[in-house]
Amino acid sequence: MDDLSNLMHGFAVALTFKNLLFMLVGITLGVLIGVLPGLGGANGIAILLPLTFTMSPTSAIIMLSCIYWGALFGGAITSILFNIPGEPWSVATTFDGYPMAQKGQAGEALTAAFTSSFVGAFFAIVMITFLAPMIARFALRFGPPEYFAIQLLTFCSFVGMGREPPAKTIVSMMLGFALAAVGLDTVTGTLRMTYGVTDLLQGFDFLIAVIGLFGLGEILLTMEEGLAFKGKSAKIDPAIVWKTWKTLGRYWATSLRACLVGCWMGVTPGGATPASFMSYGIARRFSKRGSEFGDGVIEGVVAPETAAHAAGTSALLPMLTLGIPGSPTAAVLLGGLLIWGLQPGPLLFVEKPEFVWGLIASMYLGNVVGLLIVLTTVPWWAAILRIPFSIIAPIILVICAIGAYTVHNNMFDVFMMVVFGVVGYLFKKLKYPMAPLVLALVLGDSAETAFRQSMLASNGSISVFWSNSLVGSICGLAILLLLWPVISGLIGAARGGGKGKPATTPSG
Amino acid sequence: MEANPETGPQKGDVQTRWVELVVALLIVVAGLVVIQDSLRVGISWASDGPKAGYFPFYIGVILAISGAVIAAKAVMNWRALADKTFVTRSQLKTVMQMLIPSIVYVTVIAFTGIYVASFIFIAGFMVWQGKYKWWLAIVIAFLICAGLFFMFEVWFLVPLPKGPLEAWLGY
Repeated sequence: MDDLSNLMHGFAVALTFKNLLFMLVGITLGVLIGVLPGLGGANGIAILLPLTFTMSPTSAIIMLSCIYWGALFGGAITSILFNIPGEPWSVATTFDGYPMAQKGQAGEALTAAFTSSFVGAFFAIVMITFLAPMIARFALRFGPPEYFAIQLLTFCSFVGMGREPPAKTIVSMMLGFALAAVGLDTVTGTLRMTYGVTDLLQGFDFLIAVIGLFGLGEILLTMEEGLAFKGKSAKIDPAIVWKTWKTLGRYWATSLRACLVGCWMGVTPGGATPASFMSYGIARRFSKRGSEFGDGVIEGVVAPETAAHAAGTSALLPMLTLGIPGSPTAAVLLGGLLIWGLQPGPLLFVEKPEFVWGLIASMYLGNVVGLLIVLTTVPWWAAILRIPFSIIAPIILVICAIGAYTVHNNMFDVFMMVVFGVVGYLFKKLKYPMAPLVLALVLGDSAETAFRQSMLASNGSISVFWSNSLVGSICGLAILLLLWPVISGLIGAARGGGKGKPATTPSG
Repeated sequence: MEANPETGPQKGDVQTRWVELVVALLIVVAGLVVIQDSLRVGISWASDGPKAGYFPFYIGVILAISGAVIAAKAVMNWRALADKTFVTRSQLKTVMQMLIPSIVYVTVIAFTGIYVASFIFIAGFMVWQGKYKWWLAIVIAFLICAGLFFMFEVWFLVPLPKGPLEAWLGY
């Protein structure tokens, strides 16, 4: 009950005129970012972060998280109308969304997508409302070994749940940790890997990496694929919305499954993208019309969109309660909180309840506002995509350069952004996942500190990670996840019985 | 995976296996750099706890090993990977048409400030890639740069790099 009154108080914070205005601005910018290639939730927020430094932290986080909701909504528009996923998590939406648009059902597909996005996000927010205070209270008992174990779990689940080859996931993660180690070591005051370059003293900021990897890298990929955007036109009128809404109730089971998949994948940092694919696959298996999937079935839009939004939203749960982001975008939001002097984690709920509950309340409001905005403004967004890429591309690059510069007012960062852009292009094409790199870069310092403190407490004995049942079970789970590719391979081999070695080589 | 002569790499295309191998080897090198530097600052225990290289050392080791595994896999599947194209020649050309101007652009920022460089970049790219009339390109580029200027310098008070032109205008 205490939490409910906190939430009501949060609504009072979020419902001021100023914050509602920021919400509106945030959603609009977010949809814009989601629609444009090369700008997404993560780097869009990274670029806009410096603009919020003059605002109060609550207003700023409300605006930034609304950009996130907007970007989640925006991805669906390009997938359905243009067959171009604006965001990686809307790839699965193209499978049935674009065929629907080709059949002239673009309005139905968009309504279904937006509504299920809303349902997914809403489910996740309700979960956050009830679980976050419990987890935060629980996490107050954590010491350094538990923190390191949780971070280990985060990174191991990338290896175990990711769709990419495990070795490449590990490489990406370790690169992140290595880059995080560059610069001044805060514990001993030693300079690491700077090689006399003064610009490296501060180390690599993950915001620069995010802007480069997801910004320039994405633009280069878009250039490679050619510049022709051929889209279907969209008309949404209240009649279509109402007609679609009446049919959507039939798919409650699909939605519920998608919500559960999404929340699970969002809390463990599987992320929105695998969640959307997994949900699509599950929906196809369970549906009576499974064989028609891919030809424009409305369920094929409902399932991935619900899961992607549920995952995208629930990624904020570990970020708020434990200080461990579940996605690159959550990582950027975490970076923002740190800049405002707010340390996410269990103590945040005790020390800054008005901030936490204002944010949670704004999630409810932001998604309602977002749904209304996207339903009413779709044709305009579609029009933006008809602006030729030869105008959009340089503008996005200019915005990325400005974003990279404003992080530290440093030209060196702008050059690094370009370097990260090239890395992002190569990594994307070679199927190295980028989320682990970003998360490792964000968490590198705190992971290292937690590890060192644990080692100090135990005089260098690694057994501290099995010293009590809590830390032991987290570590055990982490190792299980780390070895999951091997275990599932063995299970597959046992089932395949005698057919020789199973094809373990990951395709692609 | 069957070899498909139609989709296989043509002359002048970049093969995936080479890029895969080169990137993997670069990762091994990066891992070795991390190990070397960690050894330099010390990976053992000092009187007050682990030295600065204690944690990064293991990072470097895992990085180098993973890179080596990827490289070894690429070499073992060398034949099977033969029909995979990383980028075709024409794709590479369009990518470079974006990348090279970008590099030039960020270099020019250092001299002229961000507004002038962005103006040249946007207008130039529109004329060169989009085949727009030069006056239209100039108008659009000018409007965008002016918009950015008011948004950052005037509205949000975030200073961006400025050069001689802005100094002459009194900013």
